[in-house]
Amino acid sequence: MEKFVKLLDTAIPLSIENIDTDQIIPARFLKATDKKGFGDNVFRDWRFHKDGSVNKEFILNNKKYEGAILVAGNNFGCGSSREHAAWALAGYGFRVIISSFFADIFKENALNNGILPIQINAKVLELLLQKIKNNPAIKLTIDLEEQELITPLGNIEFEINPYKKLCLLNGYDDIDFLVSKKKEIEAFEASL
Amino acid sequence: MMAKTLFDKVWDAHVVDRIENGPQILYIDKHLIHEVTSPQAFNELKERGISVAHPEKIIATADHNTPTKDQHLPVKDILSRNQLKQLAENCKEHNITLYNLGHKYNGIIHVIAPELGITQPGLTMVCGDSHTSTHGAFGAIAFGIGTSQVAQVFASQCLLIQKPKSLRVHVNGKLKKGVLPKDVILYIISKLGTNSGTGYFCEYAGNVFEEMSMEGRMTVCNMSIEMGARGGMIAPDETTFEYIKGREFAPKGIDLEEKIAYWKTLKTDEEANFDKEFFLNAEDIAPMLTYGTNPGMGIKINETIPVENNDSFEQSLAYMNFQKGKKLINTPVNFVFIGSCTNSRIEDFRVAANYIKGKQKASNVNAWLVPGSQQVVKKIKEEGLQTIFEEAGFELRQPGCSACLAMNDDKIPEGEYCVSTSNRNFEGRQGQGARTILASPLVAAVTAIEGKIVDITKQLN
Repeated sequence: MEKFVKLLDTAIPLSIENIDTDQIIPARFLKATDKKGFGDNVFRDWRFHKDGSVNKEFILNNKKYEGAILVAGNNFGCGSSREHAAWALAGYGFRVIISSFFADIFKENALNNGILPIQINAKVLELLLQKIKNNPAIKLTIDLEEQELITPLGNIEFEINPYKKLCLLNGYDDIDFLVSKKKEIEAFEASL
Repeated sequence: MMAKTLFDKVWDAHVVDRIENGPQILYIDKHLIHEVTSPQAFNELKERGISVAHPEKIIATADHNTPTKDQHLPVKDILSRNQLKQLAENCKEHNITLYNLGHKYNGIIHVIAPELGITQPGLTMVCGDSHTSTHGAFGAIAFGIGTSQVAQVFASQCLLIQKPKSLRVHVNGKLKKGVLPKDVILYIISKLGTNSGTGYFCEYAGNVFEEMSMEGRMTVCNMSIEMGARGGMIAPDETTFEYIKGREFAPKGIDLEEKIAYWKTLKTDEEANFDKEFFLNAEDIAPMLTYGTNPGMGIKINETIPVENNDSFEQSLAYMNFQKGKKLINTPVNFVFIGSCTNSRIEDFRVAANYIKGKQKASNVNAWLVPGSQQVVKKIKEEGLQTIFEEAGFELRQPGCSACLAMNDDKIPEGEYCVSTSNRNFEGRQGQGARTILASPLVAAVTAIEGKIVDITKQLN
């Protein structure tokens, strides 16, 4: 897994609530058997009209806004467990998602793919979305070591599980860890 | 001893190790897999040179990306065909039981595991599918996982996971006529909201669930994820034991008796505490419909759409082409889908057939019936329901996830309403631009006959 230590970048404000994983990557794109190429279809049905033309109204198609940080409305990533949603966001270039609430499975999928989900207070999220909309050049800093999100509104501390933090900082993943626990797992199986 | 919840009892019996300040290592008894979320996990193992730890604890099926017509022919779509081929090859290579297309046990993973007796109380079960919560109906801890986690379970038979918080929803009282388990869960989600359960595992308690059949309990637990809860559970009881007895992979004889003795201990202790509890009255529940683009946006069939002023709500109504303060009654509907892991079991088709018998579907309606498994198909035929459906003009298809997520050709056209017994009314879920209205199999059947939404409470009383 790719390491995550610190990021300084502009952000894209996507002020829609309850963005589900069907919106992030529609089911018809889940036919691949590898993890490549999903970024091309992230938010497909919002980015493009049915005839394939670009939806200029959608914020990701607005050239003013860019960056590896997505700031999204409450309850991001609800619905289907498809990890393809995390692959699509990572494939498009996002490394950080900021919202006031994340769905459980999405959060785990994001962390397993080197994307850092940052949960902040709903009121602060509103202000941050507004601020970025008005001034796309604003840069945010994410310092994972310090668990700090630095914004023009002030510095915000965020929470992350210490184990997951260690994984992201070092690029470790859960499979490595679990395989290293083989003895304990076998002992448990013997007790069944 | 500290009082424990049902969830605690099952969870604690499966903890291999606890990482300080971190997740726990949870042992997984049954791992269910399908074609869409497993290929990348198998690749992951290959890249690392790891083998599957316990192939005998895995059951595979082809369901998400399969046609519901002409299953005996090669799958037309190249990408789908390749994905199915990969699943077959991976299962063969790793010695995993696969109920592939055409097999007598093939069907939607959350329909076949219970009907084969694989799902049992007290187990931990996972699948790369969020509706794995279905199996909680048996008092199992069952939840959906991502593909990286599928690979974790392949590699170690364990999962690294934080213990969720606990939530209990009580529904007591007498359900009104025509109120089905689907209405109960849609009502719960409409009251609690689409993210009320996030971070929690839910237990359903009260006489309403105690009196429900296993299939009804599965419908309820299935949609736990639609309020954000990773899973939902109902304490096992005589109804559970009766359902399991005699099924293909269920314990038999003395083994079964011993298991039942243990299963009887799987209930929440009286003094146990929950982080959150809700109490609802059965009498308040009516046949339900959704009007928006998340399952929490539900109303009773004869209610008006609430008046809320925020962008997300308005965008949702604009997508659905519905207006605030208006009713859904009389909305013309051209598509009806009875199927999905929520409502594709035999009882669902009995309810539909019972209403449809002797009637004709409206000429404007395409009515698709997609059973959850080959075994459900068999029962539909044995019980003579197929004739009822065919005479009424309904189309009985072959098993699969079908129009619930529209990965195959079963797509609802742009702009069309579909009254659907599935679990998600997200934008584009049933096809690009499709407008989904979630409902029970009874409401779906009535809509197909009438060609529009009608207030069935009038017919029932």
